[in-house]
Amino acid sequence: QAGLADTCSVAQTPGHDLFGYVGIEAVLDQMRRKTMKAGFEFNIMVVGQSGLGKSTLVNTLFKSKVSRKSCSPNYEEKISKTVKLQSVSHVIEEKGVKMKLTVIDTPGFGDQINNENCWEPIVSYVNEQYERYLKEELYVNRKPRIPDTRVHCCVYFLPATGHWLRPIDVEFMKRLGKIVSIVPIIAKADTLTMEERQEFKQRIRQDLKANGIRVYPQTEYDEDPEDRILNDKIRENIPFAVVGTDKEHQVNGNKVLGRKTKWGIIEVENVAHCEFTNLRDLLIRSHLQDLKDVTHNIHYETFRVRRLNESNLTGESEGWREKNRGGE
Amino acid sequence: QDKNARPLSLSGHVGFDSLPHQLVNKSTCQGFCFNILCIGETGIGKSTLMDTLFNTNFENFESSHFEPKVKLRAQTYDLQESNVRLKLTIVNTVGFGDQMNKQESYQHVVDYIDTQFESYLQEELKIKRSLHNYHDSRIHACLYFIAPSGHSLKSLDLVTMKKLDSKVNIIPVIAKADTISKSELHKFKIKIMSELVSNGVQIYQFPTDDETVSKINTAMNGILPFAVVGSSEEVKIGNKMVKARQYPWGVVQVENENHCDFVKLREMLICVNMEDLREQTHTRHYELYRRCKLEEMGFTDTNPESKPVSLQETYEAKRHEFLGDLQRREEEMRQMFVQRVKEKETELKEAERELQGKFEQLKRLHSEEKSKLDEKRRSLEDEINTFSKKKAAAELLQGQSFNTNANLKKDKDRKK
Repeated sequence: QAGLADTCSVAQTPGHDLFGYVGIEAVLDQMRRKTMKAGFEFNIMVVGQSGLGKSTLVNTLFKSKVSRKSCSPNYEEKISKTVKLQSVSHVIEEKGVKMKLTVIDTPGFGDQINNENCWEPIVSYVNEQYERYLKEELYVNRKPRIPDTRVHCCVYFLPATGHWLRPIDVEFMKRLGKIVSIVPIIAKADTLTMEERQEFKQRIRQDLKANGIRVYPQTEYDEDPEDRILNDKIRENIPFAVVGTDKEHQVNGNKVLGRKTKWGIIEVENVAHCEFTNLRDLLIRSHLQDLKDVTHNIHYETFRVRRLNESNLTGESEGWREKNRGGE
Repeated sequence: QDKNARPLSLSGHVGFDSLPHQLVNKSTCQGFCFNILCIGETGIGKSTLMDTLFNTNFENFESSHFEPKVKLRAQTYDLQESNVRLKLTIVNTVGFGDQMNKQESYQHVVDYIDTQFESYLQEELKIKRSLHNYHDSRIHACLYFIAPSGHSLKSLDLVTMKKLDSKVNIIPVIAKADTISKSELHKFKIKIMSELVSNGVQIYQFPTDDETVSKINTAMNGILPFAVVGSSEEVKIGNKMVKARQYPWGVVQVENENHCDFVKLREMLICVNMEDLREQTHTRHYELYRRCKLEEMGFTDTNPESKPVSLQETYEAKRHEFLGDLQRREEEMRQMFVQRVKEKETELKEAERELQGKFEQLKRLHSEEKSKLDEKRRSLEDEINTFSKKKAAAELLQGQSFNTNANLKKDKDRKK
């Protein structure tokens, strides 16, 4: 098909030919410089039962100890009685690009005997961040750059059972899928053979479809045919089966990230072994900005519409912390 | 709760260094918007300069000098260079400086700029909005064309620029600079800049905070205002065709930096600072407009007790007030309507009664007349009766006498 220019939305005003070079394309460089100077923010949430390797995976993704587990000096593996969200932020830099990465952990999720409504604290957290942003956006005197704490991506860890989605998985993804971009993954996938893996993935995809769960990348937000082709390929492959580790081993003279077992070394970054690189490429190398855009242009706007309509109906603002009670 | 984000080092290549590219790719796909406002007297060369700047022919037509008011004419064009699509809007003033009384000249320009801010603000305040699709019509750069008098700024120039400096990025240029000699030009530039400074006019400063461009920007800041010459015609110089103006005494080459500052203007406006111009418009000028507008409407961030109030609450309070107002007025209107209906009813009833009365009266009159007529008729009939009786009697008498005469005649005849 035609090049990038033709696949983008067609302009309605008459096109004008330039007789020679003007220098308009220099604006791309200008933009790049400005964004590099300003830096980026990225907030990723990891959800899943304890023991599924959430912290390890996040550390592997960002090649540094970004998870809360690795930062807290006296971290104890205790199962917390309620789902408590905790976030930790780090600034990481690569080739001049600075990123403030915030990892939001959800210890206690799915760990109780009775897990009913365990998604509620998470739903509240996500909405609270939208609320915070909205408040800042509505100020008369507002900051030139509103701090963004909204959850850009929620990685949901599915245990590698090989069967179907469990009720807790369905309930969680149904609810959260409406307000945040969910990326489901099969955790600790080294317990599945290739055939089991394919079957499991297919079943999960069927389950997701049957329950009307929309996961990232959502079909409705494909911007143009080229996007669609790219995203369709991803959609055919999710959920990615991943393995995480921070240990390195020697394989064929190279140092690779892997898990050493008695029956072999599982190379994390080898696409024949697991889909870690696919996940990393999706989350970081190709779709990071898109995740942020979808959060800002779609999820946040949906929240905003709902919120502004709500207060119009009730005539009261709910949830604002500093309320003005005088002059009623 | 701003957490202290600790710096961390990476043990390998993660790949988020592609972020600026991801961001830029998205923008490339969507295209960029750039809006330039050209203010200057009729015939000063605004359209020609735009043609020259963007290396194209924008199909302009000459304006007359007899416009009664200053108007603004905006035209949007789609330009493309390699994979960058630019939606360029050029707004030209029409009739600026032509009126006898120039007091209102700048107002239309100010109003136009405010209108664009207002549209954006309205979109931003909508409940269901689509900002990322919005065609941004806010003016990013304002080229102010100074007439090449060689002396100083006109009072219209100062007044206009003063009114605009907090609303838009002003880049002053000296138009038709080929009419000024080099030495005069130098003095002219100094005079202009000192007048601007002494009148407190804040023109756009090319940003010097980014090391990549601070050097060139600082240098350019010192060369303002740019002395430009525009031309869409080409002249052969050596073995190349260059944009130039041919005079009997020589050729002024537009892209020759010894002849004029055109190249510098293009460099600064497009190649180096286009993005900054857009950013300043959004984060400084638009925010100022928004703040003033909201404060005007009565919104604040803190209430009289200095407790923070959200825009949301003020908005709701106002909405309540407004709705209450609306209800009250609706009630009033309803009352008025009911009242009017009552009045009309009474009116109509009154009229009905009147009509009824009239009708009765007429009826009476009519029956009176009728009875009169009846009487007359009766008397006439009586007369007729009497007359016919008399007639009958007379006829009888006549008949009798005729018979008697006839008998007498008969008798007379027999006697003969």
